[in-house]
Amino acid sequence: MASLTINGRQYELDVPDSMPLLWVIRDVVGMKGTKFGCGMAQCGACTVHIDGVATRSCVTPVSAVSGEVKTIEAMADDAVGKRVQQAWLDLGVAQCGYCQGGQIMNATGLLKNNPSPSSQEIIDAMAGNLCRCGTYNRILAAVERVVSEEAPS
Amino acid sequence: MSYSNDTLMLANVSRRGLLKGMAGASALVLAARWDAGFANEQAQFGAGAMPGGWVDNPNVFIRIDADGSVTFINNRAEMGQGIRTSLAMVAADELGADWEQVRVEQAPADQEKYGNQNTDGSRSMRHWYQPIRRAGAAARQMLEQAAANQWGVPTSEVRTGIHTVTHIPTGRELSFGELAGAARDLDVPGRHGLTLKQDSELRFIGKESGWVNGELTSAHPRALDGEDIVTGKAVFGADVELDGMLYAVVARPPVYGAGITSVDGSAALEVPGVEKVIRIDTADQPAAFNPLGGVAVVATNTWAAMEGRKALKIQWDLSSAGDNASYTSEPFRAALEETAQSPGKVIRQSGDVNAALSNAAKVVEATYYMPHMAQTPMEPPVAVVRVQNGKAEAWAPVQNPGATRGGVAGILGIDAENVTVHQTLLGGGFGRKSKPDFVSEAARVAKEFEGRPVKLQWSREDDVQHAYFHAVSVDHLKAGLDAEGKATGWLHRTLSPSIASLFAPDPEHKGEFELGMGFNTMPFSIPSIRLENPPASAHVRIGWFRSVYNLPHAWAIQSFAHEMAVAAGRDHRDYVLELLGPDRKVHNLTVGDGWNYGEDPDLYPIDTARMRRVIERATEEAGWGRELPDGRGLGLAFHQSFASYTAIVFEVEVDDSGELTIHRADIAFDCGPQANPERIRSQMEGACVMGIGIALKSEVTFENGVAAQSNFHDYLLPRMPDAPKVVRVHLIDNPGDAMGGVGEPGLPPVAPALCNAIHAATGKRIRRLPVADQLKS
Repeated sequence: MASLTINGRQYELDVPDSMPLLWVIRDVVGMKGTKFGCGMAQCGACTVHIDGVATRSCVTPVSAVSGEVKTIEAMADDAVGKRVQQAWLDLGVAQCGYCQGGQIMNATGLLKNNPSPSSQEIIDAMAGNLCRCGTYNRILAAVERVVSEEAPS
Repeated sequence: MSYSNDTLMLANVSRRGLLKGMAGASALVLAARWDAGFANEQAQFGAGAMPGGWVDNPNVFIRIDADGSVTFINNRAEMGQGIRTSLAMVAADELGADWEQVRVEQAPADQEKYGNQNTDGSRSMRHWYQPIRRAGAAARQMLEQAAANQWGVPTSEVRTGIHTVTHIPTGRELSFGELAGAARDLDVPGRHGLTLKQDSELRFIGKESGWVNGELTSAHPRALDGEDIVTGKAVFGADVELDGMLYAVVARPPVYGAGITSVDGSAALEVPGVEKVIRIDTADQPAAFNPLGGVAVVATNTWAAMEGRKALKIQWDLSSAGDNASYTSEPFRAALEETAQSPGKVIRQSGDVNAALSNAAKVVEATYYMPHMAQTPMEPPVAVVRVQNGKAEAWAPVQNPGATRGGVAGILGIDAENVTVHQTLLGGGFGRKSKPDFVSEAARVAKEFEGRPVKLQWSREDDVQHAYFHAVSVDHLKAGLDAEGKATGWLHRTLSPSIASLFAPDPEHKGEFELGMGFNTMPFSIPSIRLENPPASAHVRIGWFRSVYNLPHAWAIQSFAHEMAVAAGRDHRDYVLELLGPDRKVHNLTVGDGWNYGEDPDLYPIDTARMRRVIERATEEAGWGRELPDGRGLGLAFHQSFASYTAIVFEVEVDDSGELTIHRADIAFDCGPQANPERIRSQMEGACVMGIGIALKSEVTFENGVAAQSNFHDYLLPRMPDAPKVVRVHLIDNPGDAMGGVGEPGLPPVAPALCNAIHAATGKRIRRLPVADQLKS
């Protein structure tokens, strides 16, 4: 039995302890915004926040989750997440879009902990998120856009 | 195989048959194609030659509801190229729709109704721009007719604005929503009577917007799937969920063609959630789009299925795999290089290459290698299928819904009419999802669960190890230069297993559509040329990978032209412009290319002036010829593919430790008329990054028929730190030529341009991809 808080809602779930949070979210809870890409924390498509920290859900056993889980579905109601989403739309970042939920979760996690990262800090923080369509230049520009909007004028 | 007539290869064969003796009839055919709805079956080029042809009936593509919402029914796969938005824009522009009221809906697989749906070959906009504009224009004229009828005035007095129709003399207005019901009952105007908008009346088509080379120029019309993507609501194949759904994974033969000696599924069945273990017959070779076979584990969730698969005890029977079981990459490469030393099947010949080489003041010689690669779209293959009462329904991220329908029908032994295929968004395609084997596989498993949907999920390991691999290739080139360094002879031998080996006994030679991807279409003007294709055999499934055989051909030819320039002591740009010779339009058949991407050679000649133009633009923008500090260099490459022209210049830096930094990429691109420049730019930017991965990182090798890589820790893809610090895309304004492709042509010149830049920076020549740690030594 696992007890989880996801996007502010409480779940009591009958799942094995070893089941990764990713599959609990996708197959058991039924929320599909968090994606399966590799299953070994190599691509970042599965990124969620646990207590605000970007975490790869595909290698996080559900039994190891003690904090509050937030997924991409909750970012429209998150002050930082919403700005990140808007920057993504303004710059036309997404191509196929499959990885972008994870990219947005990772970028939002970064900005929550460091509201004004340098370009190099953004690149380092985003290096774990793969995009096969190759949208990295726009992702970087979008995160920089959020940072520059944030900066006091 | 009911789907066989839907493959590129076989479509190509039928076109070749038609080409004989009919090459001069294209003007007539073009006219017929415009005028008559039944002309599709007669066309030998372009959209009309594709299975299902084109359709321009507004009732098929455009729905206007009483609330005024305009729904565009999209018939092409959306895999990141933005086609759902771009084609809807074309329709909305011609129709006069308010973009905020435009929605998009995906058509199910039905090529009879929707025309060709096989989304590959960079064809979507090239083939559908005109039919969809006509559909938009026809719908607009129907709305105008409905308004004129209601007011009792001639149509010459009414005019469509934005989402309204106005009676000009009185200023009366009716909205699209108010007119929709009456317009629906009207006859569709004939193609002859359509008036397309003037360029000056267009709001979206050809208009720059959004992110342009590092600046947000203006808001771009909203991407129709954009909001859903950033909020996690977009539905990809993996996201389909149906009541009572089961989840399956498959353990596939590690070697192509291997069978099963024995299976012990008892431990798998002990895993909580696992419901069934199913043996799937190994596909006969060649496997085409059929599932590979193996053992399926079906469970109540994906994780349980994966855990169950780990617990399977399978003894594979390698005897049915033949010599695939001894396929090992390193000796195979050596063997291809050895074969490349001897003459092969002659593909194109002019002058006397042997004499040119023996009389040359200098001979340049090089052999290039490009490895197998897997497409690895971020969404691994996945499909949901439900089989019930002799019918099947599939939900899947597929590039080729027509072939999917046929494949599912084939494996279930039912008629294609009894198969419905719902096309979801694709989490990337890159050619992997033009092969619907994974949907047929899901159908095979779902057959065991009458009425219950089954989601079959590929893991990343499945995807890397059981891809339809990009063909391994060796290209051997030899050129003779005279005392001034001018090229007098060019010998090129190209060796790769053919994609045709998927569908028929291995021909061991490249097919026409493979050679036509930049090999026999090599544009240089050299007195003596001989192009040969020695044999190479296939031991794994070989398949399309974005831009396909253009990759090795451009890599070898563009690297070698640089080597020749270096040997001649000449500037690379000046040298390739000289190699191109005087501007001219080459008919594909004069260089032995019976394919020409399926396009009419009169509309789509191989145009060396357009090559020159992209080279000039990219080099100008990059500041070609300027002084650079030590360790920095500029590298150039260009290539024509999918009826479009690309040139790239990279500026790179390599430090003393061999660390590479890509400072800048300048990409010049000419696809003729541009439908949606905003998405053309994003395709070029993305192709640039993907090409950097091809150059630097990605390789699948085989040991005794088994892929040695399995996931992103050892099958390496480009990451954000690998991207150029600056990417500039320079679109050539060229509305006069016929529209070319966009999705693929950005990719082929990337690797050679980057390797040429590395040479300029370091003097080190890369002849084997990926670069990996070659700069460290």
